Amino acid sequence: MHLHRYEKWWLTFGVGSLVVFLVVIGVGAFHQGHQPPSSVKTINYEQVDKTAPFDEPGLKKVSGQDWDYELVVVASAFYYAPVEAEIPVGSKVKIIATTKDVVHGFEVAGTNINMMLEPGYISEYVTTLDKTGEFLVLCNEYCGTGHHTMKSMLKVVESNE
Amino acid sequence: MNNQLISRVNKQDARVAMAHMYVAFLALAIGGLMGLLQVFVRSGKYELPGNIGYYQVLTVHGVMLGLVLTTFFIMGFQYAAVSRTAGAFSAKQRTSAWIGFWLMTLGTAMAAVMILLNEATVLYTFYAPLQAHWIFYLGLTFVVVGSWLVGFAQVSRYVQWRKAHKGEPSPLLTFMAVVNSVMWFVATIGVASEVLLQLLPWSLGLIERVDVLITRTLFWYFGHALVYFWLLPAYMAWYAIVPKIIGGRIFSDSLARLSFMLFLLFSIPVGFHHQLTEPGISAFWKFLQVILTFMVIIPSLMTAFSMFAMFEMRGRELGGKGLFGWFRKLPWGDARFLVPFIGMVAFIPAGAGGIINASHQMNQVVHNTIWVTGHFHLTVATTVLLTFFGIAYWLIPHLTGRVLTPQMNTLAIVQAFTWAFGMTIMSGAMHWVGLLGAPRRSSFSTYGDAAQAMEWIPYQIAQAVGGTILFLGIILVLIIFANLAWFAPKGDEEFPVAEVAEQAEKTPMVLENWKIWMTVLVALILIAYTIPVMDIVNGGPLGSKGFKLW
Repeated sequence: MHLHRYEKWWLTFGVGSLVVFLVVIGVGAFHQGHQPPSSVKTINYEQVDKTAPFDEPGLKKVSGQDWDYELVVVASAFYYAPVEAEIPVGSKVKIIATTKDVVHGFEVAGTNINMMLEPGYISEYVTTLDKTGEFLVLCNEYCGTGHHTMKSMLKVVESNE
Repeated sequence: MNNQLISRVNKQDARVAMAHMYVAFLALAIGGLMGLLQVFVRSGKYELPGNIGYYQVLTVHGVMLGLVLTTFFIMGFQYAAVSRTAGAFSAKQRTSAWIGFWLMTLGTAMAAVMILLNEATVLYTFYAPLQAHWIFYLGLTFVVVGSWLVGFAQVSRYVQWRKAHKGEPSPLLTFMAVVNSVMWFVATIGVASEVLLQLLPWSLGLIERVDVLITRTLFWYFGHALVYFWLLPAYMAWYAIVPKIIGGRIFSDSLARLSFMLFLLFSIPVGFHHQLTEPGISAFWKFLQVILTFMVIIPSLMTAFSMFAMFEMRGRELGGKGLFGWFRKLPWGDARFLVPFIGMVAFIPAGAGGIINASHQMNQVVHNTIWVTGHFHLTVATTVLLTFFGIAYWLIPHLTGRVLTPQMNTLAIVQAFTWAFGMTIMSGAMHWVGLLGAPRRSSFSTYGDAAQAMEWIPYQIAQAVGGTILFLGIILVLIIFANLAWFAPKGDEEFPVAEVAEQAEKTPMVLENWKIWMTVLVALILIAYTIPVMDIVNGGPLGSKGFKLW
């Protein structure tokens, strides 16, 4: 099939940019470890309250891990537990979350923390909180009448140490 | 030429196509009104009367505009285009289309009644384990099965044409309609199995639990192809109709066919890019589908080149000089050209936004924020919809034996600018506030006067302003529709079908060798989905019971 000369240039430039772009996000994902939240761990969604670590939602300091804190979150229509968490700025935190009923969207507004919570699955994401402030945690997947009232607060504070 | 002989759509076929248009524009009226209510509520200045819920209104909006308007318009338009370019349908084919139309209409009515009774406030994506009434699911099944019957009629007419014209490339518009129908068949297998094997028996109580991730994966196997099912009819008009309207010719028949085949291949094995932030799917398979998703950028670039090459060739033919002189020579006063052209322009930011959305880890910045709503109000609700309006302005009078008068042409241009203006405000505000974190599909909320949520309110007021202007645009287009359907003067409005440029080369028949393309398509789907789906099935948790939380 015949292609016009300019069209060849255009497509070469376009496809070239596309390849560069894919390489950039691929290196970011596989080399620098910046993958979207993709945990494949499962749980019985009817037994969440009795299953560790979800029997004790909240922030925990941990040692011997690649991260400093674990934030365990349980979502249910239309609440988040805990309702508030306070964490020192600069700490690396692993968020471990699941739902007790329908699908919820765990989003910390103003950050890159954004993951779906689906019944039967545990969602995880590791990130460093490098800005102080009060960040609104909301639900960004429709879950019923009270969807827009579902909230929690993540307070990133100056470290005392 | 063949084209002159059959330059009018057969009268009986015109009735089939027109029946689809009535439902489509009725859906536009209802869905548009719901959109207006939503932007009002979300501004925080207005509350819905009585017991009407925000999410009920949102469900009507999504179902009417995302599913009903689009499917009916597309099936009606494609049916007319096949009849116009491949010749009238046989009695059997036409009966299949009529049954399909009535089945879709019945299904729409069933779904609509359940939504109005507040038995199906699950939004148009109906994600489990929120559980709607079984009549809602059955209604949606009828819409899909009905669309299959209308699609089968088109494919059958195409096969008949190919048999009668051995060794010749089929008429371009017929070919494109068939590609889109085939894509629709392959894609809807996903949603049909989700509904028939899982949601319907589950809502009837025949099975107790469904696997939520499987339902979502089946939905998005269908869901991204759905957006290309909306887009390809617009591309049909751009490639094969707009050139005739401006007095030019198709830049390249082969290139048009190749780009359609590439869309067919890369529309389906890409659903994971809607599930990038979900658990249960490993990052590797997400990334693979991200790569496949980005392959559609290639036919998009080809289309952009073809369009502007065609515009330039025509503009120079009309005496345009210099680097950009040809641009001014184009028929800007013709709504049939200008309205789709505005749609094309909107596709530049819309496409760029789409690339951001599908970019693996970058998706986390915008996933389920109202940025996404802003994005698809540019793609489907501007690019696609304005092109559909541009089509309607000649198709409806052609089907009803009337003409587009100069007054209506002017009103159509006013409509398009109203739309572009309103959408710039609404979609712009949505994109911006989405980056700040405001969620999509959410009623007005200050989240207990959280500082961040308070910052979003001015943008939500801007959305209401833009949405109100858009609603005025809907009133204008409904006035034009009513005029063209019932009141415009009788006459012969042309169904424009462009011919290929003289210097273009002969179309290679490999582009119509379905065995090759279907094999590649099936192979891509198997590569993209087999292992991750087996992982979900084998490693799946206890399934979910239904919830009704509204």
